[in-house]
Amino acid sequence: MNPKIANKIADAVIYILVAIVVIILALLIGFILITGIPHISWHFLTSVSQSFSAGGGIRDQLFNSIYLLILTLIISFPIALGSGIYLAEYAPKNWFTSLIQTAIEVLSSLPSIIVGLFCYLLFVIEFQLGFSILSGAIALTFFNLPLLTRSIQESLESVPDLQRQAGASLGLSRWKTITGIIFPIAIPGIITGIILSAGRVFGEAAALIYTAGESAPAISYSNFNPFNPASFLNPMRPAETLAVHIWKVNTEGVTPDASQISSGSSAVLIIVILIFNLGAHYLGKHLYDKMTASK
Amino acid sequence: MTDKVITSENVRLYYGEKEALHGVNLDFKKNEITALIGPSGSGKSTYLRCLNRINDLIPEVTVTGSIKMDKQDIYAPNVDITELRKRVGMVFQQPNPFPFSVYENVAYGVKLAGRSKVSKAEMDKIVEDSLKKAAVWDEVKDNLNDSALSFSGGQQQRICIARVLAVKPEIILLDEPTSALDPISSYAIENTLLSIKKDYTIIIVTHNMQQASRISDQTAFLLDGKLVEAGPTKEIFINPKEKETNDYLNGKFG
Repeated sequence: MNPKIANKIADAVIYILVAIVVIILALLIGFILITGIPHISWHFLTSVSQSFSAGGGIRDQLFNSIYLLILTLIISFPIALGSGIYLAEYAPKNWFTSLIQTAIEVLSSLPSIIVGLFCYLLFVIEFQLGFSILSGAIALTFFNLPLLTRSIQESLESVPDLQRQAGASLGLSRWKTITGIIFPIAIPGIITGIILSAGRVFGEAAALIYTAGESAPAISYSNFNPFNPASFLNPMRPAETLAVHIWKVNTEGVTPDASQISSGSSAVLIIVILIFNLGAHYLGKHLYDKMTASK
Repeated sequence: MTDKVITSENVRLYYGEKEALHGVNLDFKKNEITALIGPSGSGKSTYLRCLNRINDLIPEVTVTGSIKMDKQDIYAPNVDITELRKRVGMVFQQPNPFPFSVYENVAYGVKLAGRSKVSKAEMDKIVEDSLKKAAVWDEVKDNLNDSALSFSGGQQQRICIARVLAVKPEIILLDEPTSALDPISSYAIENTLLSIKKDYTIIIVTHNMQQASRISDQTAFLLDGKLVEAGPTKEIFINPKEKETNDYLNGKFG
């Protein structure tokens, strides 16, 4: 075959494959949004869910999802940042480092139901955290850590060594070079990692059923005392998330409008993830500009 | 001016087991430009990178012999490497400004390495002085807040020189600073070096022999990890003692 034709065929195959991916994505998101958006209303977003009668909303589930995400990031980001920096900047290349790498990869491929059950036994039962946002956040940290650590490590490693040498040659210690130069340059990559892991948190259901629970007791949004059981900030209350809610209304929902709730919730979930992604990108860019530009 | 700022004796460097420098003895005088010349792989950059211990960043590199700066062995265990590197600045082959603004590039080293707080006015002065010394001030003064990456390679390299000058080193190492640049930018950098020479000791690695003859006071010729000969640039270029130097200068190899 002459190289020109081979090249044309390769181009065509690549375009077709990309088209397939885009079409699948468009169909999926389109379907969810088209079936879901008609059911979204202010009432749907701001009222509590109903167990038996129609007309329930997803207010608490929506809030729980976001709160859970924040808690999970608060727990997992510092740990992931530390291990990412260690692996990228400090770890010598030896068997111990590759053992850590392998362990991280194994952790990321654990089935979520197993992590869920493990966390149920350890945190919910043994440590008596009960079905709570905190238990859920800890379980999600298990999924989050490998993803986050990996992406932080990779974004740090992608900063050219020339920058490290430039820092060192100015008489900066390794730590100052990392915090002052390497980390700011790596921020966009780190943000991408956060977004990817956040998607996982928003979408996770199996592990949360056993940890955060599948009930959403009435909570008060005017009670800012995190130790009060009725407060929306209390991390020790059971908290059904949006993804769990979708799962529940589809499997054991007895409300007459279960399928509408499910479609509406799915659309809301996708929209929230989209907003979060855009927001995180914007924030990351802002942070990058702030840390790298003058003033 | 015969003060020796750096004296090195029997410097050997190993990458793992492999010896890359085979005992280099070389001294550097204050306020002079010394050019290290030699073909690729002759060890000139490797040797240069021993002088601020930047080779330490590469795992499995060991250096033996002695390199003394003001009679202090820089490889002694009690040496503060970050202090050493503040005294011995370095400019690299590829311009490598931080992807920050011009101002921040120059201010960064001072800001991060400094022990005491520098006021905004003082910092402005340091930045301006450094950029002026590096002969790039006129080209960047209206765009100090633009990213350093938005300037040409030659300007970036002079910003890098300004960045080094800002930390007030005594010695400046340059590792083929103009090999990635066009002749006009190279010429600007050479002029910069000549203009700052009175305040610094400059050691420059170059594969450009004309450059070495234009700007350096002393020249050292390295070949295969050995120092072949060193001396005043004029002598080396007009009347080299060693046959290898003569052959190299006359383009017989390298």
